[in-house]
Amino acid sequence: MSLGIWLGSLEQGLLWGAMVLGVYITFRVLDYPDLTVDGAFTLGAAVAAHYILLGGNPWVAVVIALFSGAAAGLITGLLHTGLKVAPLLSGILTMIALYSINLRIMGQANLSLLRVKTIFNQVLNIPQLDTFGPVILGLLVTLVVVSLLYLFLQTELGMSVRATGNNEQMIRSLGVNTSTMKLVGLATGNALVALSGGLVAQYQGFADIGMGIGMIVAGLASVIIGEALVGNQTLIRAIIAAIVGSIVYRAVISLVLQLGLPATDLKLLTSLIVVVALSFPLVRQRLGLRSLRLRSEQNAEASQREQNLSSRRG
Amino acid sequence: MLKLVNVNKIFHPGGVNEKVALKEVTLQVQPGEVVTIIGSNGAGKSTLLNVVAGVYGVEGGKVILDNQEISHYPEHFRAAWIGRVFQDPLQGTAASMTLEENLTLALRRGHPRRLRWGITSAERRLFKQNLALLGLGLEERLAARVGLLSGGQRQALTVLMATIATPKLLLLDEHTAALDPRTAATVMDLTEKIIAQHRLTTLMVTHNLEQALRAGSRTIMMHEGKIILDLHGSERERTTVAQLLNMFERASGNSLVNDRVLLS
Ligand SMILES: Nc1ncnc2c1ncn2[C@@H]1O[C@H](COP(=O)(O)OP(=O)(O)OP(=O)(O)O)[C@@H](O)[C@H]1O
Ligand SMILES: [Mg+2]
Repeated sequence: MSLGIWLGSLEQGLLWGAMVLGVYITFRVLDYPDLTVDGAFTLGAAVAAHYILLGGNPWVAVVIALFSGAAAGLITGLLHTGLKVAPLLSGILTMIALYSINLRIMGQANLSLLRVKTIFNQVLNIPQLDTFGPVILGLLVTLVVVSLLYLFLQTELGMSVRATGNNEQMIRSLGVNTSTMKLVGLATGNALVALSGGLVAQYQGFADIGMGIGMIVAGLASVIIGEALVGNQTLIRAIIAAIVGSIVYRAVISLVLQLGLPATDLKLLTSLIVVVALSFPLVRQRLGLRSLRLRSEQNAEASQREQNLSSRRG
Repeated sequence: MLKLVNVNKIFHPGGVNEKVALKEVTLQVQPGEVVTIIGSNGAGKSTLLNVVAGVYGVEGGKVILDNQEISHYPEHFRAAWIGRVFQDPLQGTAASMTLEENLTLALRRGHPRRLRWGITSAERRLFKQNLALLGLGLEERLAARVGLLSGGQRQALTVLMATIATPKLLLLDEHTAALDPRTAATVMDLTEKIIAQHRLTTLMVTHNLEQALRAGSRTIMMHEGKIILDLHGSERERTTVAQLLNMFERASGNSLVNDRVLLS
């Protein structure tokens, strides 16, 4: 493979990295199977593209995308905490609603950014930087996002969000309103996803109504790959794992495309990666991903624990 | 300190599965009093603690803590005043977070969680001091994940977490039942030490009759959602385990021996 393709995978992995971190936050940290992601990614792209086409600053566009994603996450969270809609359905409802909203924001199914200023064609104009411009930008953005996220997850608020995903009963008995923490977690996760959407739209030079389809599965595949390669023993490791997973996933995709697989089969391939990974009990156990498993399976585990307890009690 | 007035708790009211778990329960606990609670399976002991903690609302009656009615406050709100340790050692800690993170979460009980840096170095020192008192060597493992600890270590940690921000009321629900006898004894000693040190008002559910009489200053017995026996003072001091069993049989018309109550 040529340098260009490796460089391309690296660029993509970094720019889609925020999306993977978003999935990591909702699925892993908060243990919430959030399907808002597909809609939130496109939302970020749509909002950023629309704002740039209005003559806005492309960096400001990214920030606006971030906030739009947070709003989408909040809505999913409110459906769940306020109206008691099941987690899966709450995300689906928002995702479907966002399809219409995204179309309204864009006004059409596709917005081209080829003739306007984006963060990428700005750096591409800097001599000597052109080839590595996108990678450097991606690295910068990733560095900022990873650092802020790492710091956030160690604040009082961030720790409470993590504890909510880890042991809801416990953290409630320590005086934390877990509904609020779910809102915070979902808003944070989807903010990152939309941020990624805003970056990707500028990178590709267009926003498209279908660009978020399957994002959730791509994100999961990346998280799984990352945790298998890097591990998740510590917080910083788990965060870096998401980024590494994102890059490796994009590299795998480019490689497979190189080998002649039609691009239209990519979604099938991504699903297969996740299915295969989840079918290894060991992987499943180590990665947790509790929110992905059937309730019955979790219950079986819980009653197993009960049994151990009572047998020990004699 | 704690007062329950005619508290009723009904699960699935009106449904086919309707279950009256607490019937007109009235109980008054003095500040600093340590009450042990015994009773057969399904007597309503855990439900009593859950109703006090706010896990469940009540279908009638009042829960009053420190002259303030708390019956309608949600669980996380009441948690500001109440420390809890559960039966399952896995239930009281966050496994994928570190010891110091768990302790920090516990230390912030009763305070809003803000965008403020989680652990200060002064707090880390405080954690080390407190962990050293457990005598389990945990003070060297502040950055280890709690999931790596044994059940006994986790339960000792949970006791510390429930009391590190001194609560008005401590609720213990068979918190040593899932541990092997030696570890159970260690955790129990530790619990009694902490209770004495802070003079904590405590409700402690236990299946161990001997322990129920020895620990604390008062023992109540529950049966079918009611308090059927309330022992304190010299009367309690004179009571033996065998007599306690007898009292239960007389009061309830049932035999406890078939139950899983431990006699030793
Ligand atoms: N969440 C619930 N939903 C329905 N019924 C419940 C619930 N919790 C408890 N019960 C019922 O209420 C009654 C009292 O249960 P509780 O758990 O308080 O008993 P307990 O005294 O703690 O018993 P054990 O010694 O087994 O722990 C039981 O009949 C139980 O089946
Ligand atoms: Mg019980």
